[in-house]
Amino acid sequence: MILFETIAEPVVATGMFTWAWTMIAVPAVVAGVLLLAGKLSDAWGHLLATAAVLWSFAIAVCLFGHQLFADAGSRAVVAPLYSWFSVGEWSFEVGLLVDQLSILFAMLITGVGSLIHIYSIGYMAHDERRRRFFAYLNLFIAAMLLLVLANNYLVLFVGWEGVGLASFLLISFWQHKPSAAAAGTKAFVMNRVGDLGMLAAIASMLAMFGSSSFTDVNAGAHGLAPQWATMIGLFLLLAACGKSAQVPLQAWLLDAMEGPTPVSALIHAATMVTAGVYLVVRSHAVFETSPAAQLAVVVVATVTLLAGAWIGTSQDDIKKVLAGSTMSQIGYMMLAAGIGPAGYAFAIFHLLTHGFFKANMFLGAGSVMHGMNDDVNMRHYGALSTAMKWTFGTFAMGYLAIIGFPLFAGYFSKDHIIEAAFAQNTFIGICALIGAGITAFYMTRLMLMTFFGEKRWQPGVHPHESPRVMTIPLVILAVASVVSGLVMNNWIQEWLEPAVGNHAHEVSLVPTPVGMATMGIVAAGVVISYLVFGRGSIPVKAPATNNPITLAGRNVLFGDQVNDALFVTPATAVAAAVDATDARGIDKAADSSADAFAGLSTQVRRLETGYVRSYALTMLGGVLFVGVVLILSQLG
Amino acid sequence: MMNPENYLILSALLFAIGAVGVLVRRNALVAFMCVELMLNACNLAFVAGSHITGVLDGQVVAFFVMVVAAAEVVVGLAIIVSIYKTRRSTSVDDANLLKL
Repeated sequence: MILFETIAEPVVATGMFTWAWTMIAVPAVVAGVLLLAGKLSDAWGHLLATAAVLWSFAIAVCLFGHQLFADAGSRAVVAPLYSWFSVGEWSFEVGLLVDQLSILFAMLITGVGSLIHIYSIGYMAHDERRRRFFAYLNLFIAAMLLLVLANNYLVLFVGWEGVGLASFLLISFWQHKPSAAAAGTKAFVMNRVGDLGMLAAIASMLAMFGSSSFTDVNAGAHGLAPQWATMIGLFLLLAACGKSAQVPLQAWLLDAMEGPTPVSALIHAATMVTAGVYLVVRSHAVFETSPAAQLAVVVVATVTLLAGAWIGTSQDDIKKVLAGSTMSQIGYMMLAAGIGPAGYAFAIFHLLTHGFFKANMFLGAGSVMHGMNDDVNMRHYGALSTAMKWTFGTFAMGYLAIIGFPLFAGYFSKDHIIEAAFAQNTFIGICALIGAGITAFYMTRLMLMTFFGEKRWQPGVHPHESPRVMTIPLVILAVASVVSGLVMNNWIQEWLEPAVGNHAHEVSLVPTPVGMATMGIVAAGVVISYLVFGRGSIPVKAPATNNPITLAGRNVLFGDQVNDALFVTPATAVAAAVDATDARGIDKAADSSADAFAGLSTQVRRLETGYVRSYALTMLGGVLFVGVVLILSQLG
Repeated sequence: MMNPENYLILSALLFAIGAVGVLVRRNALVAFMCVELMLNACNLAFVAGSHITGVLDGQVVAFFVMVVAAAEVVVGLAIIVSIYKTRRSTSVDDANLLKL
């Protein structure tokens, strides 16, 4: 707990840091312009959008450079913008926190985001709604930047919701496809469940600390009673599960592949799913106060990393394999974040390297689809290594990085997480180790089915290399996939220490026993995969099987069925019951009382004969009655 | 001199005849004449009352009633004629369109 004192108070922004807000504002404004200008901006909208993200990237790099050369005490900078509102004794400021953690995120988001923008210029060239697509992309980038740069949870929540909205718009971008529309809705609804956790966490923080700013929460957390810390931690974990597609809120991730491939790269590599990891690392003080919440994070993460890998092994859709792999890799990050101070830096390290190599592979998959008439079924691929040399080459770099081939990016980042897991608990460590082996297995399967073996192309498909505007981002990302691990390995722990309070570990390039074991497991995964998928021919149709493991994998571990049974069916039943009560109870009561009055009035109406003579008789009778009464009263 | 109360009895008789006529006759014209009869019965009663009490008020009211009766004839006959034009009937039982 001594660590907290080492966290320097952020200094107030001066000079270049006063420009930090334009990182968010420029893409947001451009998104608005593109949406409002309509067809006027069709011709140049995509260029403007790309320029906006490049602007944000440039600012992020300048700020990072500034921090790099500043002394360690003055690196974290807070830029207050304005006072949002105040209620009673709570007041909410809008401000940006540019510290060692958020600047890394900002660079990843804008850097990978810029490459994805450039790639999309080529990928979406023939889509008539390209301008709108770029507007949504910019909205996404702006929301994500607001999420990571906010200096309190409430402003973070605004970005959090913005990301949810933008992901909904992008996943269901091809809204003419019912499956895409449904996938967007599914992602949106499942994210709402997580948002509930976020709201509850913010409310609890306000109740406990009277403030939702990171500084106040992290400073106050270690004085918190453990049960309250556990409660806030679990709320935050629920929020993180929603955004980061962790079990049990994982079901939306694979369906989200319905969106255009650059969206998958953006959402599932660099931005949206990393928000949960960011949240947990940012709230580290809360989790450190509550071992129970930390344990929950570790359990969720371990389950997810194995579940994602399991799904990856048996999907035939190239994007869904990558989605399963994303789930699994995010599981690693959450695992590291749950381990505690020993793991924070590794979580962020793996997040950054994963951002590079997963964006690389998603965009590579998009390039393959581009050449294969948007077919996503790997059983229709094969032998593409000769037809698409650049795509193959860059994809191979991403492949080597994700399986942890020595000296590639994933080798460093994943290895550290596995070691930290072993240091925490042998069982967790073994699970992480197995996950690495399965990762090697399914990624090798993907490579073999896509780029090697015999041609299983469908009639009329003529694979061709994608245009330069798509391959150049791939090359840049491939380079990053190779070198990013080596570059950051020794540096990142020390860099992040003031921001997240991690313990710096000695890391070396010489493999430890755990590192050797990891390499052995990975090699075994590759070899087994080669023996299964590399030698014989791959059937064009997925063979029928009764193997429960394969069946579960193909059905995404029955996530949808579980959700249906646990939530959808009861909710539908409740709705049906309410509907029946409404129709047969309340409506019936109202209707039958109206019917009763109507029937009564029909009876009363018979009195009105329509004959003037009978009315006259009534009048006469009345007059006589009144007269008699008057006379009798006079007599009395 | 005749007992003036006989006039009142005659007036009551005429009024009763008129009222029964209004109630039982279907022809609008006859019913109308019965109304006139009732009005005149009233006049007779007023004049007899005036004679009995020796005050002229009753006779003045009788003039007013005549004026009202004349006005009523004008309006009433016009209604009957227009009903006859549209419905080819002067039966009051046929004029029952307001009934649902």
